Amino acid sequence: MLETLTDNWDLFVEAFRTTVLLLIVSGAISLVAGTLLGAMRVSPVPALRTAGTAYVTLLRNTPLTFVFFFVAFGFPRLDIRFSYFAFAVVALSAYTSAFVCEAVRSGINTVHVGQAEAARAIGMTFGQTLTQVVLPQALRAAVPPVMSVIIALAKNTTIASGFGVMEAGAIGATLNERGYPAFDAMIWVAVGFVIVVLPLSLTQRRLERAVVRSR
Amino acid sequence: MTTLQKAPTGEALVTLRGVQKHFGALHVLKDIELTVQRGEVVVVIGPSGSGKSTLCRTINRLEPIDEGAIEVDGQPLPQEGRELARLRSDVGMVFQSFNLFPHKTVLQNVTLGPVKVRRRKAEEAERRGRELLARVGVADQAEKYPAQLSGGQQQRVAIARALAMEPKVMLFDEPTSALDPEMVNEVLDVMTSLAREGMTMIVVTHEMGFARRAANRVVFMDAGRIVEEAPPEQFFTSPRSDRARDFLSKILTH
Repeated sequence: MLETLTDNWDLFVEAFRTTVLLLIVSGAISLVAGTLLGAMRVSPVPALRTAGTAYVTLLRNTPLTFVFFFVAFGFPRLDIRFSYFAFAVVALSAYTSAFVCEAVRSGINTVHVGQAEAARAIGMTFGQTLTQVVLPQALRAAVPPVMSVIIALAKNTTIASGFGVMEAGAIGATLNERGYPAFDAMIWVAVGFVIVVLPLSLTQRRLERAVVRSR
Repeated sequence: MTTLQKAPTGEALVTLRGVQKHFGALHVLKDIELTVQRGEVVVVIGPSGSGKSTLCRTINRLEPIDEGAIEVDGQPLPQEGRELARLRSDVGMVFQSFNLFPHKTVLQNVTLGPVKVRRRKAEEAERRGRELLARVGVADQAEKYPAQLSGGQQQRVAIARALAMEPKVMLFDEPTSALDPEMVNEVLDVMTSLAREGMTMIVVTHEMGFARRAANRVVFMDAGRIVEEAPPEQFFTSPRSDRARDFLSKILTH
């Protein structure tokens, strides 16, 4: 059991390094893009609202493997050629930002409409109203659902192994080829994911406490 | 009563012409014609659902209108966008529920507009902000958060926040309706002194004492229409319309 881990330590380290990198890069892009999408969905411009809604509906209702498929096989047809890692980042970010958008929007909906009215009444533009008044209050309510989305992203990165990326999801198959018991390999991968996700849960708790303090 | 304050100038600052507004099937504003002069204090009263709050909110386009025209200082209300934001910065508004920004300190509430909208320097905005907080009697609360203040204090901060933009006109949408009774007067006192200093004010309220004390004109609304307009003494002692007489008999007898 233990030798499955110790014999293949380099493989575990390398694969989880890729997993964490996928998580950080896709997570950062999804947070930014998701917040922008959320802003689009509450904006006074109907075209932006429609575009935001269409994007979320499409991406949220498509299985992630299909998103990967369309990116990995669709982009090369359009003569867009990235590395497998970059394709994985595009697919994961495109998918996750739709969920971040909805989590952010649920946060925005908790902010009393009078807050936006007060901001507009002193002459703030839509952008100022959102960034100065609404989003800082929305984030309070959005922290738990956004973190759930990011934790889901951490686990969703394992789809990338099916599209040529050597991340933690590929460890099982690789070790199986090397003749180690698949079950033992999977247990160590699961332990690895607990270690990756734990800091996210702790961050959530810390953020929640921080936003309560700043009240 | 009106002798205590500066006389209105006779120059129109806010005009509403032929304003119509529906909420779905409900016709909430009907043929509204209203002109408010620079320096004038107009109190709008009427039963709930008469459209008085909606009327107030159309003047800075928090409620868009279906038909008619609204002008502020000779300028028609622009469509949603930067132009409208600029116009709103010249029209102060005080809400029934205060709507202070809970994540900002009292002083930050008052300086946010001047710094972000008027592009004032932070120190200048703070100095002016503290002056205004002193003027409404909450100077010692500047570093606190709104939730730590009483309702009356919060509403006075909200008035200071609006004044910080140096508005041409102030809209008050039932500013004392959400307050405990003992806090009503501290807010009305601030409003009365503003009126005496010549601020143009449109005040939706149920406070008849304030109307008598500070208004140049009372506008009585019912079912979306302006039913009667008169100086406060005349309106309260000898209302012309049956509807106003009926309304006054219900609120003044107890």
